[in-house]
Amino acid sequence: MSVTANPGRHHHKVRDSVAAALDGLDSGMTVMVGGFGLCGNAEALIAGVVARGVRDLTLVSNNAGAIGKGLATWLRAGIVRKVVCSYLGTNEDLHSRMAAGTIEVEVNPQGTLVERMRAAGAGIPAFYTPTGVGTVVEDGKEVKEFDGRRYLLERALHADFALIRAHQVDRFGNLRFYRTARNFSPVMATAARTAVVEADQLVEVGAIDPDDVHLPGIYVHRIVEVRDHEDPIEFRTVRQRGGA
Amino acid sequence: MTFSKEDMARRAAAEIVEGSIVNLGIGLPTLCADYLPAGDGDVGHAFLHSENGLLGMGPFPYEGDEHPQLINAGKQTVTVLPGGSTFDSAVSFAMIRGGHVDLAILGAMQVSAAGDLANWAVPGGRIMGIGGAMDLATGCRRVIALMQHATKDGEHKLVATCTYPLTATRVVSRVITELGVFDPAGDGFRVIELAPGVERAQVASLTGAPLW
Repeated sequence: MSVTANPGRHHHKVRDSVAAALDGLDSGMTVMVGGFGLCGNAEALIAGVVARGVRDLTLVSNNAGAIGKGLATWLRAGIVRKVVCSYLGTNEDLHSRMAAGTIEVEVNPQGTLVERMRAAGAGIPAFYTPTGVGTVVEDGKEVKEFDGRRYLLERALHADFALIRAHQVDRFGNLRFYRTARNFSPVMATAARTAVVEADQLVEVGAIDPDDVHLPGIYVHRIVEVRDHEDPIEFRTVRQRGGA
Repeated sequence: MTFSKEDMARRAAAEIVEGSIVNLGIGLPTLCADYLPAGDGDVGHAFLHSENGLLGMGPFPYEGDEHPQLINAGKQTVTVLPGGSTFDSAVSFAMIRGGHVDLAILGAMQVSAAGDLANWAVPGGRIMGIGGAMDLATGCRRVIALMQHATKDGEHKLVATCTYPLTATRVVSRVITELGVFDPAGDGFRVIELAPGVERAQVASLTGAPLW
């Protein structure tokens, strides 16, 4: 006799469409999206959220898009209420909406932003950091001295969904990333109630050596394979062959 | 005569101790990489850290070799050297905050005589964000500011007290400008070196704190 009716969250993770992978992502939710600018964006999932028709999202991402691409499409679609990021740069879509007062922007130091996610995923509600002491980041925060140095209390940052991209993914959700496309993605997966990964390449369980796994599948809940990506380059910098 | 941008980058690169880990900020500091000696350490003279998750950053790729998933913190295409490694942002900033990065060479809008750094926002200007600036300034073991000595309008950038939003307090140990090399010394700046042909009086008029 079976004692359980419903399978656990790690029973079957592979979804056959982006829409299915985003099931349950609703208006008003907090969504973390991996990538450093456009590098390592889950392009199909980002487009899928716009297509889903949700709104009033709180978006947590380092840059919130660039040059009209990536998460800038969310800003243009008017589906974001608040952005938590570290750097706006020349993201005109974000600047214009912030100036118009249609989007609230919270800027965190980059290391604090990612550590807040790490803490959330590790069951730590808050932590002390030296970053931001004596600056506007300190405003409204508890300051405590340890061994003669001052530190700020920062809170963990959780999300309803994390939308990330990985280079190689097995059916259990073990991930490998390529080069600097890793950035925030594995940490975001740990901080979210539901982590969805867009896989460049889906492989069978066992195809990735246990020692080579960058993010264990315990943190991943849904997988959708997407083989084609635009992968825009923000600043193409090269040197000439034969030169210095 | 003053230091050219290339002279400034070369002079800053001369501060990089052999066998150290260095983070070069966006803009002029990035140029310092071009003036690193070859070095005879296991991984050359020094290893460059980029806070988006790369240690052992190499030069720009040859045309045709650029890859959208291998970039630096300025989102420029780069390469990775033998011995290099990639990691996530939490690990990268733990390296910085944990004091494992020996030196940061950063751009600056203002540096005070106490070594306070302002390099992320202009009052009244639009907010570009903080990025890694506060973590780098706070966590790296040594911070050098590589900057223009004054604004185009002649406003002081080496000042008694910063008026721009601070990045971190009491962190800058050396300032390199087109006029020379200066160390914040609490109530003024100590002159370490003047660029060829630059007079002390000229520097004094362009500095908002006493020179020692």
